[in-house]
Amino acid sequence: MSAESWQNAALALRLLALDPQGLGGAVIKMRASPARDAVLAQFSSTERVRKLPTTISDEQLFGGLDLAATLAAGHVTTSSGFFDTSCIALIPMAERCDESLAAKLCHLTDAGQSDGIVALDEGIERNERVPDSLADRLAFHIAPEGRMPDNWATPASNSDGVSVSIAEAQIQLTVLAVRFGISSLRAPLLALNTARVHARLHGRSDLTSADVETAAKLVYPHRATQMPETDDDTAPPPPSESDDTPSPQNEGEVENLTDTDMLVDAVTALLPDGVLKGLAAAGTNRRSNGNGAGQKRTSNRRGRPLPSRPGRLDGTSRIDLIATLRAAAPWQPMRQAQQPERTGLLIRPSDIRLKRYAQHSDRLLIFSVDASGSAAVSRLGEAKGAIELLLADAYASRDHVALIAFRGTEAELLLPPTRSLVQTKRRLSAMPGGGGTPLAAGLQSAMELAEQSQGRGLSPTIVVLTDGRANIALDGAANRTQAAADAHTVARAIRVRGTKSLVIDMSNRPQRALEDLGRAMDGAYIALPRADAQRVTGAVTAALGG
Amino acid sequence: MTKRPFPFSAIVGQDDMKRAMILTAIDPGIGGVLVFGDRGTGKSTAVRALAALLPPITAIVGCPVNAEQHEDCPDWAENVTRKKQKCPTPVIDLPLGATEDRVVGALDIERALTRGEKAFEPGLLARANRGYLYIDEVNLLEDHIVDLLLDVAQSGENVVEREGLSIRHPARFVLVGSGNPEEGELRPQLLDRFGLSVEVRSPQDVAQRIEVIKRRDAFETDTSAFLEVYDKQDAKIRRAILAARKALPNIETPDAILADCAELCIALGSDGLRGELTLLRTARALAAYEKAKVLTRSHLSRIAPIALSHRLRRDPLDEAGSTTRVTRTVEAVLA
Repeated sequence: MSAESWQNAALALRLLALDPQGLGGAVIKMRASPARDAVLAQFSSTERVRKLPTTISDEQLFGGLDLAATLAAGHVTTSSGFFDTSCIALIPMAERCDESLAAKLCHLTDAGQSDGIVALDEGIERNERVPDSLADRLAFHIAPEGRMPDNWATPASNSDGVSVSIAEAQIQLTVLAVRFGISSLRAPLLALNTARVHARLHGRSDLTSADVETAAKLVYPHRATQMPETDDDTAPPPPSESDDTPSPQNEGEVENLTDTDMLVDAVTALLPDGVLKGLAAAGTNRRSNGNGAGQKRTSNRRGRPLPSRPGRLDGTSRIDLIATLRAAAPWQPMRQAQQPERTGLLIRPSDIRLKRYAQHSDRLLIFSVDASGSAAVSRLGEAKGAIELLLADAYASRDHVALIAFRGTEAELLLPPTRSLVQTKRRLSAMPGGGGTPLAAGLQSAMELAEQSQGRGLSPTIVVLTDGRANIALDGAANRTQAAADAHTVARAIRVRGTKSLVIDMSNRPQRALEDLGRAMDGAYIALPRADAQRVTGAVTAALGG
Repeated sequence: MTKRPFPFSAIVGQDDMKRAMILTAIDPGIGGVLVFGDRGTGKSTAVRALAALLPPITAIVGCPVNAEQHEDCPDWAENVTRKKQKCPTPVIDLPLGATEDRVVGALDIERALTRGEKAFEPGLLARANRGYLYIDEVNLLEDHIVDLLLDVAQSGENVVEREGLSIRHPARFVLVGSGNPEEGELRPQLLDRFGLSVEVRSPQDVAQRIEVIKRRDAFETDTSAFLEVYDKQDAKIRRAILAARKALPNIETPDAILADCAELCIALGSDGLRGELTLLRTARALAAYEKAKVLTRSHLSRIAPIALSHRLRRDPLDEAGSTTRVTRTVEAVLA
């Protein structure tokens, strides 16, 4: 398998070099390494490649006024955009590419102006990855596994297969996409293009089944969201998927269905291991990437550049020299006429333009919810109600929300930080209950998430909902004393980190231990039995605002 | 190099979206379309296709705001002739990350630098006058640009007071926004400003999906032959739009329908009166498009979901979605 994944990588790059525009490009998911250099060398030897940094400005990307040249020449000189010279864009650290750059790149790709984009994804965490909108337009996802074999660049021997007409290939690839739960219609189109290019690579003018198979193998595996049901599989499809995609067996009018079975096997063999696991958790690998782009705080120190604004140099902000010159330029003849004794540029305070940067500083509510058996018995339902109340509040103030559930022996991140509250609600209502109460684990994973999100510029608040009967220690042992001690240790760690927190007690009778826990975390504490809607909201608002 | 857009009539399915776009073409006063949906569902394609479909407008040659009459040209404009010409309805792309200068217009750098003259260089809003302003990924647009657009879209006039310039010009345009709700939501204030809102999903029917792939592939492999087929159909839609525009003022609106409109909006609890007005205008446009003489409940009930679903007091925790709520209420009220 690992050797095959390398061979596929080599093949994908070779195809991409043949028709970078038609295939859009590729995502290469590899950390910086000699192996990646080898992969890239393979590729760049055939085509001109230029680097496109994720911090590229609009002037550089689309072309615009070249101020220096304009000033020198005395007439407007425009600089050329990135894609004005034909080249393949190589985006290093593409996982840091934000949605707005992705949107611009998508626009260029759609308008046929880009000549292919290769995104180097070095993401480690699950939500560090190339924006989906961009990845959707790039045909390949290259993530070779294991050690690089010596002969990886030599293509695997490939039988030609039987000849396939374009119409058949269209039907096969579309049906296949449906069976793998790929909803975007770009996937079959890219696969079709891939098949064509593959045929060209082998010097054929018509498609064969080998081309179609290769195309499916290269384009579909990383997009798949479900396992196709085979024809002899009589078990009903899992309900969570069936309402998204009709099972293709029902589509009587579609012929050629059996032809796709062979292709299904080919793609299935290449499915990444994580996919199926992720599917089991109600499709968490998709639709959970709300990174909340859009809500940003403008700051003048760090972050991505924004258009500059007029302002005053007060020691805390930085000047945008180009914009300042631009503002001052038109007045030069007049000012020179007024002050003929001065030479050089005459810049007035009103010309000063300050640099601004966008910085994520959104608030994040991390709900760590006790879903243990004891909690389920007592008031899990009411707790869910309380969370919904808070969610509505979070929605109003455009906060991000993350959801962690702890039960059994460990805590699970049900929903990474997102602003899609509909999703949170769905995840929340589907949250099962039962098992022990690993309170410490719940707190710990909330703390880790808080730390992580702080690193990304969010300001997190932890909201813990529990009945306080911690009985599972951090190491998974069922030991009440140890569990309580561990919970307090983590709580103190949270306090040290200065993360704002709130403990909501959802036991039938308010627990003294939880009040202590709240104090240990330096957070607010409210007991649900005595808390009405107003008080919960009030407490959270206070916690957030404080 | 820019490709010709995919023809509008060749878009498979997505009838709601297509209808909404045609209706705003009939009556620009409806106030824009918002298209929200998954990736790869043809949102961008449809909007770009609209450009080719729309009937041409008559505009003064050299007028920066595409004015129809000479006296409507702004006084700061230069090189304005008295000649008129037919030109395609402007569809202006507002790129994400566009600077304020590009959007509202700014000092003409070229003339300022070379001749030391102060002159206004119109921005995208001027060019979009009498046409469409298309914002892809509208939910990711920067906040201060959104505020600015809101202001101009409501007043129909762009006022520039900066860099020693004091300029105003008409900016009446139809906002077309598209976006993917998973990547961020749109502020309710901007939401309300769109006349119609359509949710698109990728087609769930395999046969339909195959048709999409076939057409798109045919378009890409042999563009001219493909366009030949669909240009005729596009022309048919264009003629229908023109006929509907003519028929629009003569659509009869019975008082009972007005009462229905009001009742519907009250039942749904939509904020303000913009809902009623849009509902009525859109229903009239639909009636005109369907060559009806009198507005009926059937028009109303078909339009209600796209005209009202985004105006409801948002309940983010409502599973059913607002479209379902509208449909249910429509059934109850118009039963």
